[in-house]
Amino acid sequence: MSESESILRGHFRDMPQQRDASSLGMWVFLATEVMFFGGLFLTYTVNRAAYPAIFAQASRQLDVTLGATNTAVLICSSMTMAMAVYFSQKGKRTALVISLLLTMGLGLVFLTIKGMEYAEKFRHHLVPGYNFQYAPASAGPAQLYFSLYFGLTGLHALHMIIGLGILTAVLIEALRGRYTPEYSTPVELSGLYWHFVDIIWIYLFPLLYLIDLHR
Amino acid sequence: MQPGSGIQLFPVSASNFSPHVDALMAFWLGVSLFFGTIICVGLVWLAFRYRRRAPDEVGADIGGNVPLEVAWMVIPFILTMVMFAWGADLFVQERTPPPQSQEIYVVGKQWMWKVQHPEGRKEINELHVPLGRPIELVMASEDVIHDFFVPSFRVKEDVVPGKYTTLWFNATKTGKYHFFCSQYCGTNHALMNGWVYVLEPADYAAWLSGQNSGEGTVSMADSGQKLFTQLACQTCHLADGKGRGPSLVGVYGSAVKLSTGQTVLADDGYIRESILQPNAKIVEGYQPLMPTFQGLVTEDQLIQLMAYVKSLAPSATGVKTAPGAAASTSHTSGSSR
Amino acid sequence: MSTAQTLTLPRKNYLNEGYGLKSWLLTTDHKRIALLYLVSITFFFFIGGFFAVLIRLNLLNPAGTLVSAETYNRLFTMHGITMVFFFLIPSIPAVLGNFLIPMMIGAKDLAFPRLNLLSWYIFVLGGLFTLYSQLAGGVDTGWTFYTPLSTIYSDSHVVAAALGIFITGFSSILTGLNFIVTIHTMRAPGMTWFRLPIFVWTHYATSIIFILGTPVIAVTLGMVALERVFHLGFFNPALGGDPVLFQHLFWFYSHPAVYIMILPGMGVVSEIIPTFARKRIFGYSFVAAASFGIAVIGFLVWGHHLFVSSQSAYAAMTFSFLSYLVAIPSAVKVFNWMGTLYKGSISYDTPMLYALGFIGLFVIGGLTGLFLASLGLDVHVHDTYFVIAHFHYIMVGGAVMAYLGGLHFWWPKISGRLYPEGLAKFAALVLFIGFNLTFFPQFVLGYMGMPRRYHSYPPEFQILNVMSTAGASILAVGYLLPMAYFIWSMRYGPIAASNPWPATGLEWQTSSPPPPENFEETPVVTWEAYDFNRPDIKALLAAQAAAASSQD
Repeated sequence: MSESESILRGHFRDMPQQRDASSLGMWVFLATEVMFFGGLFLTYTVNRAAYPAIFAQASRQLDVTLGATNTAVLICSSMTMAMAVYFSQKGKRTALVISLLLTMGLGLVFLTIKGMEYAEKFRHHLVPGYNFQYAPASAGPAQLYFSLYFGLTGLHALHMIIGLGILTAVLIEALRGRYTPEYSTPVELSGLYWHFVDIIWIYLFPLLYLIDLHR
Repeated sequence: MQPGSGIQLFPVSASNFSPHVDALMAFWLGVSLFFGTIICVGLVWLAFRYRRRAPDEVGADIGGNVPLEVAWMVIPFILTMVMFAWGADLFVQERTPPPQSQEIYVVGKQWMWKVQHPEGRKEINELHVPLGRPIELVMASEDVIHDFFVPSFRVKEDVVPGKYTTLWFNATKTGKYHFFCSQYCGTNHALMNGWVYVLEPADYAAWLSGQNSGEGTVSMADSGQKLFTQLACQTCHLADGKGRGPSLVGVYGSAVKLSTGQTVLADDGYIRESILQPNAKIVEGYQPLMPTFQGLVTEDQLIQLMAYVKSLAPSATGVKTAPGAAASTSHTSGSSR
Repeated sequence: MSTAQTLTLPRKNYLNEGYGLKSWLLTTDHKRIALLYLVSITFFFFIGGFFAVLIRLNLLNPAGTLVSAETYNRLFTMHGITMVFFFLIPSIPAVLGNFLIPMMIGAKDLAFPRLNLLSWYIFVLGGLFTLYSQLAGGVDTGWTFYTPLSTIYSDSHVVAAALGIFITGFSSILTGLNFIVTIHTMRAPGMTWFRLPIFVWTHYATSIIFILGTPVIAVTLGMVALERVFHLGFFNPALGGDPVLFQHLFWFYSHPAVYIMILPGMGVVSEIIPTFARKRIFGYSFVAAASFGIAVIGFLVWGHHLFVSSQSAYAAMTFSFLSYLVAIPSAVKVFNWMGTLYKGSISYDTPMLYALGFIGLFVIGGLTGLFLASLGLDVHVHDTYFVIAHFHYIMVGGAVMAYLGGLHFWWPKISGRLYPEGLAKFAALVLFIGFNLTFFPQFVLGYMGMPRRYHSYPPEFQILNVMSTAGASILAVGYLLPMAYFIWSMRYGPIAASNPWPATGLEWQTSSPPPPENFEETPVVTWEAYDFNRPDIKALLAAQAAAASSQD
């Protein structure tokens, strides 16, 4: 099958080896991403343990409804992504394309809501480095909280944007009919990446938005 | 080993810790020389004894020896554990100032050291201490991380902005000893040095009272009390606790219950944080009303305020007792987080 | 070494497959990428070395007035940054690892050749950022970037340097990722895990550190840059931040980083010693397991850099204990190398001299690390020249010597030529003498109390400083000589056979230099590692002996 031969890269022996290598490569990459976010999570933990009351108070400045909506949006996008992988493996091109479009659409919704939240923060002078204003007695640790808020959600949003870029490339190839039951690796690997970005958000949401929810 | 002229190998031994550190050094030096020699001589001997005798000669077919592997894991492990335990024990002693230690305050800033004795005398780049008494340095930084290092005493500790760090020693020999800043702190890090002067107790007392310098001495606690009034602390911190802020009488060294239910020790770090980040910990029964004094007080002023608060022991007069009579409780020389 | 018959370079090899800049800059051949790295890291080595020369010259006299204090502080900072991130960390993995790992396992290339090329470009980009920060006036925070000096008080080009290191970190991550996937999925038929050369095992362990550690330094330096630009506050006590948090984050990577620097060197030594003793490595599975032991425990000891940083005594004791523990697998390796020499058939070729030197100097460096691991002793010698001497023994006496030994060992394979043996032995000796003269006095300086990062010092420290500088001038010659004769040999060196030593690895089963696809046919492995009783090795040895006796 000449189609398979062109997919098999020259240095690999056969398709199973190529598939194994690609899959292991993505998992190893995700491990590095865990460590990358890890430094910020550690900083969050240390600072929240030092200033629990101020962190709780500062987190009340966030809009829990928007945060929860975004969480639901991302979980749905992971579902549509999983569907995309399934359809790709079943050879159903139209369903694959629709699933990818839905995933990307939901991702854009997420980013839009995030953008709205960021704009709100700017209006209320809650952006460290840009005329940050807060009750003076709590201003220092509150600034730490918001630095972590922007650092963590910003890094996450950057990964989402990159993910959208990856999905665009996958979408283009899907439209060209490149993915078959024998060759769905790029869709699978993009799925892994997308799920990972989703899981990071699942951690961020309670840590940033839900510190003091029972109040 | 006393240093002579020419190339010295050890600094002078001038504190209670010096002989112990040197003993530790000698032990591990001995172990290292022993194993280092065995290995280096062994390498040379093996390379010579088993040199190739014919161009097509190959070595013997030996894969390994498990008992040998176990032996050369267990023996190094035992030796290293001895070294670990010995070093850890010495470290714990270095971190545990005796209860009757005399406190001296040190503030480091780019690129000089300011020393303040509780009785009032101040120094720049010099530290006078009495012979034979445990001295605890309570140290703060105004800017970056510095480090106070006295090679002859074998003591060292970083001076970290935002907290108090401590080190203690008991000087065992009169004389003049170098101290160095030992954490890179910018342009003139190499110039941020000075001298420790160890004096006989009588000479030290004379120096402390300022007889020879013509300088009047106001104790740190008194300076602190003046600041306390100047900054209007007493308007909220009434002695009976009925003001907007808790009473500070006897607070230093006590266990404080917070609004979160947690109980913390009111040590140096706590006092400092209460002044600079007042909303970090709220005492139970009080509101978060205290303004922050970040940027309004210098490190020197903070330690004076702290000396004043430390002097507020409960008594019939309800105000303060003489500094020095207040027992010095242990400072957290580790991070308070 | 070579046989009496006239040798010629193989007609089709990776060096002459395509000429011109584009064929090199757009290559995906791991061997060419290895050479691209070789050129870049050599460039950075000489820059870092130049800074070191100025440092040692300034320290000739106590007043330290050769350069200003500001300049001196930039010099030691940039020496550290350049040597650590742009020379030591990539050196053996990116040059020898890239070149050899596919060949050692019988594969045609690494798993992701294009990612491999990308990693080199990322390395160069990071290097350019850092070079810019140096040319624009330099950084003066120390390579350790301690806060709040780096985030608030320094007025040097911190952000550019931090960004440069941040970017280069991704080069490490991609290399580690590539190695792990390659070793797992691309071994030739019959190349089981326990037939792998130890070099491959050590690079696998190194790659674990690459992928788990490097992202942490990346995010940490990112935080430093953001804090400096946007005044965020993570490390600023005035805002409630903690300067010591930076130290924990920084050293969480930077301690394992030193195992990144030494493990590949141990892998090189583990190839050289069996080859020149013509004997199996003693305790193969112990040596392989020790590589992982070092990597894993190495992640747990970072707090030994914070013993006097106001860390709690309990934490300090935990880290001290673990720091002693990490010495055990290293000791295991040293004893196993000595066991390999026992009843071997030893020759004194240059690679073997470097390997033997490595063991001796690494042992000194490692034992002095144990002085530092002792809490009571570290309080005295922390941040003094004792520490500087310790880590230079490991990094220079260890890692750099292993790197040079490896370059000499595999030079025939890489270039198809032999380097001049007599001159090489002389250079190794010069290097060994110069190195010890430079760094041994620094142990004494440190115990005497001379702190590090001092542009001027009290006069009683002068004699030892002068000795150290004298040694450095000799050491420099030891580095310049190989540079010169390696280049000379590429044109004028005698042509090498495919297996001149001979050695048992798969890489020696193909021509010198190798063809672009490494092997004409995929090899099938039926023998154990380091088997000098293999028929083809015996035949080579017999032929060499016959040629030698026919020349008498």
